[in-house]
Amino acid sequence: MTTPDRAVILSGSGRPAATRRRPWRTEWLVLPVVVFFALFVLLPIAMLVAISLSQSMTVHALTLAHFVRFFSDGLSLPVLGRTLQLGCETSLLTLLLSYPIALVFNAASPRWQRVLIFLIVLPLLTSAVVRTFAWVVILGREGLANLALNHLGLADAPMRLLYTEPALVVALAQIELPLMTLPIIASLSTIDPRLREASLALGGGHWGTLMRITLPLSLPGVIAGVLLVFASACSAIITHSIVGGGRLLFMPLYIYQQGLQAQAWPFAAAISLCLLVAILSLVVLVNTLGRYLTRYAYA
Amino acid sequence: MREAINQAPRRSLAGLIDQGSYQVVLGLAGCIALLLLVAPTAIILITSFTSSSALRFPPPGLSLGWYRALLTDSPEIVEAALVSLRVAVAATGLGTLLAVSGALGIAGSTTRWARILDSALMSPLLLPSLALGLGLLLTFTLLETKVSITTLTLGHTTICFPFILRTTRASLTQLDPSLRDASESLGGSPWFTFLNVTFPLIRGGIAAGAFIAFMASLDNVAISLFLADARSEVLPIRMWNIIENMLDVRAAAASGILILTTIVLMLVMERVAGLSKHIW
Repeated sequence: MTTPDRAVILSGSGRPAATRRRPWRTEWLVLPVVVFFALFVLLPIAMLVAISLSQSMTVHALTLAHFVRFFSDGLSLPVLGRTLQLGCETSLLTLLLSYPIALVFNAASPRWQRVLIFLIVLPLLTSAVVRTFAWVVILGREGLANLALNHLGLADAPMRLLYTEPALVVALAQIELPLMTLPIIASLSTIDPRLREASLALGGGHWGTLMRITLPLSLPGVIAGVLLVFASACSAIITHSIVGGGRLLFMPLYIYQQGLQAQAWPFAAAISLCLLVAILSLVVLVNTLGRYLTRYAYA
Repeated sequence: MREAINQAPRRSLAGLIDQGSYQVVLGLAGCIALLLLVAPTAIILITSFTSSSALRFPPPGLSLGWYRALLTDSPEIVEAALVSLRVAVAATGLGTLLAVSGALGIAGSTTRWARILDSALMSPLLLPSLALGLGLLLTFTLLETKVSITTLTLGHTTICFPFILRTTRASLTQLDPSLRDASESLGGSPWFTFLNVTFPLIRGGIAAGAFIAFMASLDNVAISLFLADARSEVLPIRMWNIIENMLDVRAAAASGILILTTIVLMLVMERVAGLSKHIW
């Protein structure tokens, strides 16, 4: 060897550098984000647990009183139930609306796909306050919906649409639509088009192919979408408050009221943890169910 | 032979009905859903140009009056917008540093540990952000730190970095490792390799993630509710108050500015970073 192999010298090893996969270790680069995550995500959750188990912010006696209150005061548990129900209803409606969009996207030409992806992503990146505000204009007493009902002769006087639960589900479904559509589009694009063609050529029919080939194979995207929509529908405080109004109380606003307004910090922490555990266990449940169904679909 | 002739039209009629109903039903459903997706944004945009003082659609006449009112005599909305912008820029910047470094660190490793770390780091996107906001406030109280624009920025960073981590990770997995190996075996230092080989190839992914994170910070309410002091009220909370209490058209004008800015930024990002390739 007349010219020394620099990489070998630099990597301080006798082996040729090209055969070594990682001459320099880069794992330590993960440290900053891990420290940040530990300090500002894990520590806050640990604080929620600690505070929810103590008597008050200053008296650190261990107590389960706040959780007992949550499960026995007859007010909190229905709020949690209603929030989870809202999340489920919104996820279902969003799924019904977004699957056809994803199918249309999948069948469109690349040119149209660019337009469609723009239309789908624009609302996602537009502020949720703005999108909620739009529903106030649509559903208000002099709004578009009442105008249409009046013209069609379905209602004489303006109906109260805002501050009702169905209105909230529709508004939330529209607001969360991109979160469901994008994962479904992504999973539809991974399906080998020859599978559909084979099914059609063998007489499976379009509906049969949709039910037996496309739908089962796109399950991973559907599950990812359902989880995203469920989690964000359960914590959409602005939409809950503006479209749902003061009389429909959901968990986020409840946490806010108990914490910042009533200064009942330990109780607010207990409520937050109940919501967190409820959402996370539903996520795990749906994921497990999804993995089981996916295995079934691919088998 | 005759049977085949007899059967063919029958099957194709059923086939036609099948194909026709499939295309009509799904095409219609898709169009209705797309209309529902886009209509509210369009409605609020059109309403913001109304000449009347009521939020009515369709507007009786068009004018720029509410935009003028927003920019000239609504210092509190402009103030809130500036706070939001400062926080979003700082949180996106910090989030980008953390996420890109983290993505490079995880990228080399395929162990079970790395996979768990990856999904743990993405968890702030699934956690109810109000719980996270409350937890952060309790933590800052414990650390005897008063809420300020700094705590607000740190809080926003927790929801910003996962977006950037996701797009950067995706770009890194598409990167051909032999390019990096080639640079390293030819004697490029890790820094040299990162700046001249890796970074140019994952730039689009980083930019797309940073853009999404920036918009998410601009939009965040749950964390801001707990971590902002009276002087650092952010735009979405200000708008929430206006919509709930006085419902005036200035909120529509502010929405109009947000929508138009989003459209312009999206087009720019599509050009610069190929946004739509990175978003899913």
